[in-house]
Amino acid sequence: MSVLDSRTEPAAPRTAPPDADAPKAPRARAGLLRSLLANRKALFGAVVLVLFVLLALLAPLIAPGDPSKINSLGAGAPSASHPLGTTAKGQDVLALTLWGARSSLLVGFSVGIAATALAVLVGMASAYFGRLVDDVLSLVTNIFLLVPGVPLLVILAAFMPPGTTTVILVLVVTGWAGSARVLRAQAKSIRGKDFVAASVVTGERAVRIMFREILPNMASVVMTTLLGCVIFGIGAQAGLEFLGLGDASVVSWGTNLYWAGNDGALMTGAWWVFVPSGLCIALVAFALAMVNYAVDEITNPRLRARRPRTATKKG
Amino acid sequence: MTVPSHRTASPHRPVPSREPVLDVRNLRVEYGGDGRSVVGADNVSFTIGAGEIFGLAGESGCGKSTVANAVMRLLKPPAQITAGSILFDGRDVLAMDPRELRAFRWREIAMVFQSAMNSLNPVLTIGEQIGDIFTTHERMRKRRARARSGELLELVGIDPARLKAYPHQLSGGMRQRVVIAMAVALKPTLLIMDEPTTALDVVVQQEIMAQIGDLQRELGFSVLFITHDISLMVELSHRMGVMYGGRLVELAAAKELFAQPLHPYTQALMNAFPPLTGPRVELTGLADTPRTEHGCGFHAHCPDDRSDCSTNIPDLREVAAGRFVARTGGGAR
Amino acid sequence: MRYILRNLGFYLLAFWASITLNFMLPRFMPGDPVSRMFARSQSQMQPEQIDQLRRLFGLDHRPMWQQYLDYVKDVCTGHMGISISRFPTPVSEVIASQIGWTLLLGGTALVIAVVIGNLLGILAAWRRGGVLDSVFPPLLVFAGSFPYFWLAMGALYLFGMTLGWFPMRHAFDVGFSPDLSWAFLSNAASHLVLPALTIVLVSIGGWMLGMRNTMIATVAEDYITMAEAKGLSPSRIMFRYAARNAMLPSVTNFGMALGFVVGGALLTEVVFAYPGVGFQLLAAVQGLDYPLMQGIFLTITAAVLVANFLVDLVHVRLDPRVRVR
Repeated sequence: MSVLDSRTEPAAPRTAPPDADAPKAPRARAGLLRSLLANRKALFGAVVLVLFVLLALLAPLIAPGDPSKINSLGAGAPSASHPLGTTAKGQDVLALTLWGARSSLLVGFSVGIAATALAVLVGMASAYFGRLVDDVLSLVTNIFLLVPGVPLLVILAAFMPPGTTTVILVLVVTGWAGSARVLRAQAKSIRGKDFVAASVVTGERAVRIMFREILPNMASVVMTTLLGCVIFGIGAQAGLEFLGLGDASVVSWGTNLYWAGNDGALMTGAWWVFVPSGLCIALVAFALAMVNYAVDEITNPRLRARRPRTATKKG
Repeated sequence: MTVPSHRTASPHRPVPSREPVLDVRNLRVEYGGDGRSVVGADNVSFTIGAGEIFGLAGESGCGKSTVANAVMRLLKPPAQITAGSILFDGRDVLAMDPRELRAFRWREIAMVFQSAMNSLNPVLTIGEQIGDIFTTHERMRKRRARARSGELLELVGIDPARLKAYPHQLSGGMRQRVVIAMAVALKPTLLIMDEPTTALDVVVQQEIMAQIGDLQRELGFSVLFITHDISLMVELSHRMGVMYGGRLVELAAAKELFAQPLHPYTQALMNAFPPLTGPRVELTGLADTPRTEHGCGFHAHCPDDRSDCSTNIPDLREVAAGRFVARTGGGAR
Repeated sequence: MRYILRNLGFYLLAFWASITLNFMLPRFMPGDPVSRMFARSQSQMQPEQIDQLRRLFGLDHRPMWQQYLDYVKDVCTGHMGISISRFPTPVSEVIASQIGWTLLLGGTALVIAVVIGNLLGILAAWRRGGVLDSVFPPLLVFAGSFPYFWLAMGALYLFGMTLGWFPMRHAFDVGFSPDLSWAFLSNAASHLVLPALTIVLVSIGGWMLGMRNTMIATVAEDYITMAEAKGLSPSRIMFRYAARNAMLPSVTNFGMALGFVVGGALLTEVVFAYPGVGFQLLAAVQGLDYPLMQGIFLTITAAVLVANFLVDLVHVRLDPRVRVR
């Protein structure tokens, strides 16, 4: 009705803008990275992650040879020759833990990337095409979300030939749905923006609009879901292997814990057998969660500890 | 420019007493954080007399609502009152402790917020939300509070049976009436109305304004009326102030101000509304140049010597009895 | 009540999808898992039982559609085959004898985590930057980073083995039999402490952070400012106005969270040898007891779906806006 009508204003800071990081994608991403590096939580998370990746890569140098090799009497407490002690079978726990990082990180990140990619596809298609496609995909997503994960994991893994590929596949199948729901919601809100409508009108191809117009604008959400999926992947792999559904001959944090349980580490009081692997899982997950937390804080200013310039004066 | 004819005729307005109910002096509100702060309201002073309707006009973001919220001490961090005083009936509002403040709110000053949909709790019934006021301030029993709530609804022309309704079950106009009923529940001395009709269509807007007029005549409260709709304001208020960039730029009796706006911003604001009747005029934008730290935004057209205000909006000066304007040069142009 | 009916339809659909998945897995999976199972346990079975299992896994020569219809009918009437690891008990009996312990453990842990987690979240959001808001979230996120079963192992080792404060395994000590006597109930309660504590510790952070974040958004709503302007007491504003609204997303997320808690409970049971379906699941995995695994999957899925439906009913009570939808 009038140029002054406050309704045409973006309604002040009531609802946190989902795409606080502007429609210009490259700058937004660079900004996100820079803010991440300036954030203490993110920095902590990144340092821990890099450390673990280095340890995994350097495992053959630090602890050469087959980690499962039996090279001492069983169940020795930490000592000079075995800094983290030995298992009931006489394997070096440090070597097992270092080598375990390789499989655990590999599976975790593979699952994270694959599940996120699937979630991005589903979320995008849902948001872009809408209507029937959206209905069907949402229905499938919700069913996967609702069906309890662990029993589903178990029956899937049990019926498939055992091995790392099975573990990854099964975890992707059970892990994508939550991310897909979040990404769909986000993509839908961007789909409704004018610059997307403009691209549709100018006749750009659907795939191009989805991946060049919409996707770059949800970089931060994709990142949070990716990290979430990695956390899920590492934890769920350990859970599966702990139940004996992994490949027990592969050295990973999960199988280490499986053997610790099987060999009665608890009953014999050999805490050094099960503590390192569990602690590693927790540290990696915590580091990822911290980075996630930081991304959340940066993109949703409302959650920041001390609220920064909410300078929008209300008229 | 004429008062648009679609509005109801001016309500009868008795001359209010000059004894101030609310006295705001040199109020300054800052929004701080991240090492830099933004001024939401700066050196704002005005008074409202008993039974007086005082209007505060200005564009979105000019600090009107900041002032209103400051008066009830509703500002939340990072907004902070950093200077000035607010006196209500001689009591220092800024010095009240939380308990005094709670008793003071709504009993002395009540407020109608911009959007009735958002100011009603979506999961409580209308009855519970009105009843809250009585159970809190009058220590009434639930049943008694419900009866009083019903009476209030009748006062604004809503069937008391709607006490059981939830906000989403009412129309926009009805919700705003409910909010107005809540506002007058304790017969406050001052009613703050922050854009009370912005979210409503014109017909409902008119009904609501008429209702407020009736209630004001009946109950005799003072009103701090906030809107960007300057013609509506002129029609209802006794005196009014125009805010721009967190500062008052003009303060005068409503009719005088309307007949002869002295500040370029006031003129621009008036021209921003098209008259519904009469010849077509071209709408002009507000500021003639963007407001920067080097100028108030009106310096290009300002007839005055700008040596003083080139970096900021000047303070109000009294140019005639009861007429204040924030310009360095004097007089009408 | 369209909302309720729509959701009910959705849950039925989800259950049907689970049954179908169950039907398809043994029939279309590569590597012929069923033969593996038969090879291992055929010797101890009666011929008629082998027939029944062949029927269950589609090794007889009926047409696929008929197998499918029979399978759905069997499942819906509670016939899920015969357990191999606890041969020759029917799967439904095995599950029925153990689901109670899982419900007890999961339910107790869930209620405690939800109540305490949400309360902490409300308080943290209400006092932004306070001790609760700055110390608890990172601590709880850290606790939540541990795998359920590992925390369970740690608790078992620390409080069970080393300190000896709580019993280490099973749901009650040998020599007791389940009844309503004080002695039995207190014994069962002491066995419940460690497993429940583990689940609470891992899951409470999620509830707290979720509640805190919605609370922060809710507190910025106009109706909260209005409530303050009305001069209501802070506790009334916090609970009746802010938390009451912030709870709603929490309630809808409850259903999703339930799946995770159930999963955690299953793994925790394994560590504590707690005689619920999770512990049985481990036995089923080790014994290649496919009928039991599938039965547990279906039972837990059904339980989660029913719980979700109940949550929907609560949601309708709490949010007047869904009633008209």
